[in-house]
Amino acid sequence: MAGFTFNVEEMTVMGNARELVPKKIFELMKQDKDIVYVLSDSAVTGSIPWKILQAYPDRTIDVGIAESNLVGTAAGAALAGKKAFATAFGPFLSIRATDQICLDVAYNDVAVCVIGTHGGLTSGGGPTHYTIMDYAVMRAIPNMTMISPSDANQGARIVDEFVKNPRPMYLRLARGEEPLVYADQDYPFQIGKAVVTREGRDATVIGTGIGVYNALKAAQELEREGVSIRVLDMHTIKPLDGEAVLKAVKETGIIITVEDHNIIGGLGSAVAELLAETNMSCKFKRLGVPDVFAKLGYPDTLYPYYGYDEVGIAKQIKAFL
Amino acid sequence: MITIDTQLVSKLEEKALQIRKELVVYCNKIGNSHLGGPLSMTDVTVALFYHFMRYDPNNYSWPERDRFILGKGHCACLLYNIFTDMGMFSKEELYGEYNKLDGRFGQHPNRKYLPMFDASTGSLGHGLSLAFGYAMAGRMDKANWRVYCVVGDGELDEGSNWEAVMSAAHYQMGNLVLIVDRNRISGCRHTEDTIALDSLEKKFDAFNWHVISIDGNNMAQIVEALSALPESDPVARRKPVVIVSNTVKGKGIDFMEDQPKWHLGGLDDEKMAEALSLLDAYSKRGAK
Repeated sequence: MAGFTFNVEEMTVMGNARELVPKKIFELMKQDKDIVYVLSDSAVTGSIPWKILQAYPDRTIDVGIAESNLVGTAAGAALAGKKAFATAFGPFLSIRATDQICLDVAYNDVAVCVIGTHGGLTSGGGPTHYTIMDYAVMRAIPNMTMISPSDANQGARIVDEFVKNPRPMYLRLARGEEPLVYADQDYPFQIGKAVVTREGRDATVIGTGIGVYNALKAAQELEREGVSIRVLDMHTIKPLDGEAVLKAVKETGIIITVEDHNIIGGLGSAVAELLAETNMSCKFKRLGVPDVFAKLGYPDTLYPYYGYDEVGIAKQIKAFL
Repeated sequence: MITIDTQLVSKLEEKALQIRKELVVYCNKIGNSHLGGPLSMTDVTVALFYHFMRYDPNNYSWPERDRFILGKGHCACLLYNIFTDMGMFSKEELYGEYNKLDGRFGQHPNRKYLPMFDASTGSLGHGLSLAFGYAMAGRMDKANWRVYCVVGDGELDEGSNWEAVMSAAHYQMGNLVLIVDRNRISGCRHTEDTIALDSLEKKFDAFNWHVISIDGNNMAQIVEALSALPESDPVARRKPVVIVSNTVKGKGIDFMEDQPKWHLGGLDDEKMAEALSLLDAYSKRGAK
């Protein structure tokens, strides 16, 4: 499956989370004998998961196309003391196996990192293969940490963090090749703490996943027009870094959230809840999939259509200014 | 040919009778409880915990213990009463804390409060995947413990079980023993009237499991089946074992036997006395 690439003129260094994340898992499996890799018919010959399967057949469990069993198996191994990664197509994993993610992983409170690939509208497979509910579902599960890295390298860092401090976690990855937001890894990263990728005075765009890249592109455009935009990389949707949000409200007065997810229940909702409960008043807009089963296509047509590419974001900022 | 240890059979029958009585009293004390299912699976569970499982009640987190996953989590009260009998907590604690805000004992088991449970369960169709994951972890560690998993027959309506059934067979988990409490009643109706399951033996055989079918309310047959299990060897690849344990829901108490309504119920003092005396009569008949 060839990776999809964005039509961008700058920041075009790409990274494939579906390669870099398993690569990191592979690397850690060499050092830590308690790491178990559970997958759902995703070891394409020659791919990294396939190499893991060859190198560690005893610690790699391919359960076939069976998301519920995938998660239950990973949780069983974790109950027995292992640190488990359970990976499958996000559209199915996040809703078909919700019961197992909720009860076997979160309720049992065990060391399972559930990895859902093909996040948001990145799959190109149409509504059955879009993942637009995972943030909402995982946010509502107690004990669960929901993370949506802004680029592939950040995804690999999260794998590292999970192994250091295992806990019930859902890691959402995009489909294939996506732009690398960060040129290097020399930036502070902590689960639950937003990264201020760009300082700004006039408005704040809070992005998660690919939303960060789109927000940065919009901020670059607007800078040419003299508008100063702060961009937060809210990789951790739960627990939300409320402090960073409130600071942005106080200092910029405008908040726009950007997520490749239904605007109901995800990052935008989390931020809106915080604003409402803290009586913070600001101009506010959620950008993302507008509660529809999205149309057919790839992100290069879908993001503009639904208004959360850089043009849509910039347009919304201008409307508020 | 296995020679059945008749003394062991009698000892376990006696214990099963005692635990059934404890269940009846428990139900009376807490007001309302799942009863039919716990009563159908009492015999096999008693045989496991009091004899066949590698288990130390004084050290329930012993790393070398056999694991026990209760797929049918709503039957947790059976284990609560067994663990109470084993001295892990008192009857006062059990009755007093049942479904209380700060209590440890709910309708379904939570290992956060009761770490002697190998998994928190309750939603049906989860147990076998958890057991399979446990068994895989045991194989990775070359550990010599076995994983027992008890599921209800109605629970097998849940499709996730069959995903796990295929996985366990594919990976040839010889250290996994599934026990299906085949009491032929699910939550509301007889299984053959809702979603027919017969023949479970043929189904599991077709899925490449080693199938043993017994009368699960006959201690001699339980002892024979469990004695015949090969030594636990997590590394050896062989068929996983399923014991289709043909039982009667509400076993031992005439007015509950094979009655769907006794899936869950209450016993006032009068009904409790009647149930206890019926259990004595059942025992005298020879627990058959």
